[in-house]
Amino acid sequence: MPEEILNSKEIERALKRLTHEIIERNKGVRNVCLIGIQRGGVLLAKRLAALIESIEKERVEVGSLDIALYRDDIHIKDEQPVVRSTDIPFQIEGKTVVLVDDVLFTGRSIRAAMDALIDYGRPAYIQLAVLIDRGHRELPIRADYVGKNIPTAINDQVEVYIDERDSRKDRVVLIRG
Amino acid sequence: MSVMLRSKDLLGIRDLTPEEIKLIIDTASGFKDVLKRDIKKVPALRGKTVVNLFFEPSTRTRTSFELAAKRLSTDVINFSVPASSVVKGETLKDTALTIEALGADFVVVRHSSAGVPHFLSRILRASVINAGDGANEHPTQALLDLFTIRAHKKRIKGLIVVIIGDIAHSRVARSNIYALTKMGAKVRLVAPSTLIPLEVERLGVEVYNSVEDGIRGADVVMTLRLQLERQVKGFLPSPEEYFNLYGLTTERLRLAKKDAIVMHPGPMNRGVEIETEVADGPQSVILEQVTNGLAIRMAVLYLLSRRRRTR
Repeated sequence: MPEEILNSKEIERALKRLTHEIIERNKGVRNVCLIGIQRGGVLLAKRLAALIESIEKERVEVGSLDIALYRDDIHIKDEQPVVRSTDIPFQIEGKTVVLVDDVLFTGRSIRAAMDALIDYGRPAYIQLAVLIDRGHRELPIRADYVGKNIPTAINDQVEVYIDERDSRKDRVVLIRG
Repeated sequence: MSVMLRSKDLLGIRDLTPEEIKLIIDTASGFKDVLKRDIKKVPALRGKTVVNLFFEPSTRTRTSFELAAKRLSTDVINFSVPASSVVKGETLKDTALTIEALGADFVVVRHSSAGVPHFLSRILRASVINAGDGANEHPTQALLDLFTIRAHKKRIKGLIVVIIGDIAHSRVARSNIYALTKMGAKVRLVAPSTLIPLEVERLGVEVYNSVEDGIRGADVVMTLRLQLERQVKGFLPSPEEYFNLYGLTTERLRLAKKDAIVMHPGPMNRGVEIETEVADGPQSVILEQVTNGLAIRMAVLYLLSRRRRTR
């Protein structure tokens, strides 16, 4: 049975806190851009950008990054990763790039994302923001900004639903494995 | 999400479902993003080997496959006839097995006889990709044409596409007819009656003898290369006569829809099947077809990489 572990209010609070942390850590958002990892991170990145703009009154650039071609499990997974679009309509050279993803788990997606990102240019800093950190890392990777830490078993599934039009429908559920 | 190609090979459009065609085109969109970057290489197929096995001269298609393969980080070997053992009497089967023994994961094959890729696909574990077999098929050309059409028209279903030229000897036409009709486009063919295959209407296309009638109201105008070096003798009076009757001119193009696009698989015979002003005009997407060909071939290699037969 799927069990709701975060409702829309709690998600909103978490994102607001992340926003403040990003602004505080970078002393504003000058030179900061957000890049969401396909698919779960894309809408979250847009949300964070909107929140930053409402607080700082300054525009932040937002892009999306597809990591299918950089994964290390292409040859062992049953299903082939779907190739989606990457849309980074700005230079990342010298910027502070905040990578955004919904769930941080093994860390392998983040490794792939960093490799993919560096093929677009050389950012000054790469930081990582995730809504959920569920543990079970397989690589030496940690997030700079975490919405919520959720202890899970390795076979559990964590699913994040972000609604593009109606944030009241947002939720995070845990499905016990 | 779970759509995958069913076969380990790409032998022709005829064997593909509309869902598979859509999957290849959608995947190519992702690869087109890669081709716009400064660093145009991705590590997806690192460690794989692609062999281009060309028994017929080809610069464009071979170069496109070679570059597509390199962009995916594979190693590429070009095996072309004059440099190979075929001239020493080696059979097709032995050539293929030799290439497999070198560790090829993909064999891209072009041959003047129809069915050669199909034959190779049965004896090789590697994925076989048809890069043109006789007058049969040239599937990646049709896929890149559909990809280009969709990029401009946002759809394929319901579009009127006219193909002008030597339909009878054209594998490009054949693959496009299969692909376009499967995706719901209305296909018109225009050619001298000597260059139209008998009963071609059974493929679900309309045949026009007048080029003006064929072009009228079309969304896409595709002209084929008149293969002057090959079979034209006996079918046509002369290239000049062909231009007068079937050449794509500015005047004729005006009969198509205002926003119609002009396509050609290349290489062009300017002044034979197409007027220079049209080839270089604002409606021409001919060079875009070349770029899209790279993205399509990357998509095909990527999608087939999961479909290797295990023995």
